[in-house]
Amino acid sequence: MADRTPVFFSERFRRRGRCQLVFALLIAALFVITVLNINIGSVPIPMGEILRILLHRATDTTQGSIIWKIRLPRILMAAILGGALSLAGFLLQNFFGNPIAGPFVLGISSGAKMVVALTMILLLKRMGAVSSWALVAAAFAGSLLSVGFILLLSRKLRHMAVLLVGGIMIGYICSAVTDFIVTFAEESDIVNLHGWSLGSFSGMSWDSVAMAAVVVGITGAAVFLMSKPIGAYQLGEAYAQSMGVNIRAFRTALILLSSILSATVTAFAGPISFVGIAVPHLVKRALNTSKPLIVIPATFLGGAVFCMACDLVARTAFAPTELNISTVTSVVGAPVVIAMMIRRQQGR
Amino acid sequence: MAEYYFHTQQMAVGYDGKPLITDISVEIERGEIVTLIGPNGSGKSTILKSITRQLKLLGGSVYVAGEELRRLSYRALSTRMAVVLTERMKPELMTCRDIVATGRYPYTGRLGILSPEDEAQVDAAMRTVHALDLGDRDFNAISDGQRQRILLARALCQQPEIIILDEPTSFLDIRHKLQLLDILRTMAKQRGITAILSLHEIDLAQKISDKILCVKGDHVASFGTPEAVFREENIRALYDIDRGSYDPMFDSIELPRPEGEARTFVICGGGSGIPVFRALQKANTPFVAGILHESDVDHRLARLLAAEVVSERPFEPVSEAALGRALAWMERCDAVINAGPPLGAMNARVGELIERARGREGYREW
Repeated sequence: MADRTPVFFSERFRRRGRCQLVFALLIAALFVITVLNINIGSVPIPMGEILRILLHRATDTTQGSIIWKIRLPRILMAAILGGALSLAGFLLQNFFGNPIAGPFVLGISSGAKMVVALTMILLLKRMGAVSSWALVAAAFAGSLLSVGFILLLSRKLRHMAVLLVGGIMIGYICSAVTDFIVTFAEESDIVNLHGWSLGSFSGMSWDSVAMAAVVVGITGAAVFLMSKPIGAYQLGEAYAQSMGVNIRAFRTALILLSSILSATVTAFAGPISFVGIAVPHLVKRALNTSKPLIVIPATFLGGAVFCMACDLVARTAFAPTELNISTVTSVVGAPVVIAMMIRRQQGR
Repeated sequence: MAEYYFHTQQMAVGYDGKPLITDISVEIERGEIVTLIGPNGSGKSTILKSITRQLKLLGGSVYVAGEELRRLSYRALSTRMAVVLTERMKPELMTCRDIVATGRYPYTGRLGILSPEDEAQVDAAMRTVHALDLGDRDFNAISDGQRQRILLARALCQQPEIIILDEPTSFLDIRHKLQLLDILRTMAKQRGITAILSLHEIDLAQKISDKILCVKGDHVASFGTPEAVFREENIRALYDIDRGSYDPMFDSIELPRPEGEARTFVICGGGSGIPVFRALQKANTPFVAGILHESDVDHRLARLLAAEVVSERPFEPVSEAALGRALAWMERCDAVINAGPPLGAMNARVGELIERARGREGYREW
């Protein structure tokens, strides 16, 4: 047995090394993509200029105001919301014990869209205008509405796969209601809805960034502190309970945290598909572990990098026309999901 | 009362508020192994799930180390009770060592980071189940036998006073069954860990358990030592065996005896008859066996398989009367098989029987 011990140590050492490497790469990628994102655009800004503007908080020049008023908030928002979206996906996948669970799949986005559509039409009728904060509030309420329904269903449906289908059905119902509203609405009332429902990081104000940062920051920290019970839950409900986890409280906390995260994203950037499924999967593969303590921060970083990169593509690929963020995330994310399912099939 | 580590009083268990089995009262001492046996769907798992609090208790009470189960927090219970369940876990990207280490959950801090002490416990648990070499293997890529051992190590790592195992030997081949039960027995006797488990193999249950709980559908058929519980009629009633039989002395399960008129006579004794009985049984040929002392090993099986046994009381010389009965049976038979029993002073008349049979048509030696 004595000769076995070093094997463990070397194995543990190797794993630790791998994790450190992945984190180093993620941070490097974050840095590179941030710089590229500031640099590239309809007005290219050279590196030296970027440093000067950032360090001196110079907003007097055109370039300065482009960076401070347009590009920087957008980059930060893509990072915060991308991280939040991936984290929400990771939590929902653990909750449902299913790798394809995610905010988009479960109809959380559809619920948000439904309430946003209602709000737009009602507010435009009554007040003739709709503020962006009202839309944020509406999207948030809609997301929580969907989650509420899923939670209600979960009292009746004990089986997680069935509950997942239930969540998808809720999504369809919300979409149907939205279509119904749209069919009978005036064209002018819903012109903004179409733009919103495609998802975008553009036009972010610093106020929005600050608010998103606070909500996501607090929720993210809470999620990180829950990594121990999440790890136990990965073995199944019964085992987690036998280790001392209060399952009912834990599950409620898990679904609440993930819905706050996905509601925040949907509220500010609209529905964004596939990030929540693809990123946690890629991160787990890269780290070769599913330990929440490591995966949670890595998923957040990975989601930030992924969304910033997708946003860069959305902005620049067909400039001056800007793509919707979901267009890019789907093109990159969907093949990842397919590859994941094929691998799973082969693994069994 | 105080000396029992685990006991239940009028416990009622079931699903969705509907009691399935009621009035379960058992007392278990520290370090005892208690096995639940009973037919499929008889409620063994329901009882175990209620003890582990996966199912709500529907009545009565359960005491662990003198404390009521319902009053214990999940956390307090987790340092006393560990489980090995039947549900297949499919963890993602976890090594066997990762799985075992999850057993340290109640002892690690807020973020669940393992201390050197925890690591040492993980090593010790893996050593106990002879699985140290599995440490860095993917849990999904190991065999069923290895998996059960890893799950047992995970439970041991939790440093419990009692372990609940739901059918731990399912899917295992005989070697791994024995290995697992051996680890369990060592653990119970050396460390005083109480174990409650369910088994399908009644032969193994008799050998490993200190007490047996027979579960039958809506009630507990019996609870007690294996010697008290494993009687032929108990087992027949428990499993509703109306065809076939069970011999508690050898724990052997036999198919029903061939039906019809016996036309074959088997001369046997001292174990020579057993292979002949089995062969005739497979060929579905009814037979008569003799002349056997009631203490003879052949007699125990002939009793279950032969249409008729010509027997003699133990340690008495085979009597003239017994020989007469054997000859009478032989007259009615078309075939006589000489299994080649050893002959001695007590069964000298069996030699006589063989002499008389030799000249007959249909005589053959095995």
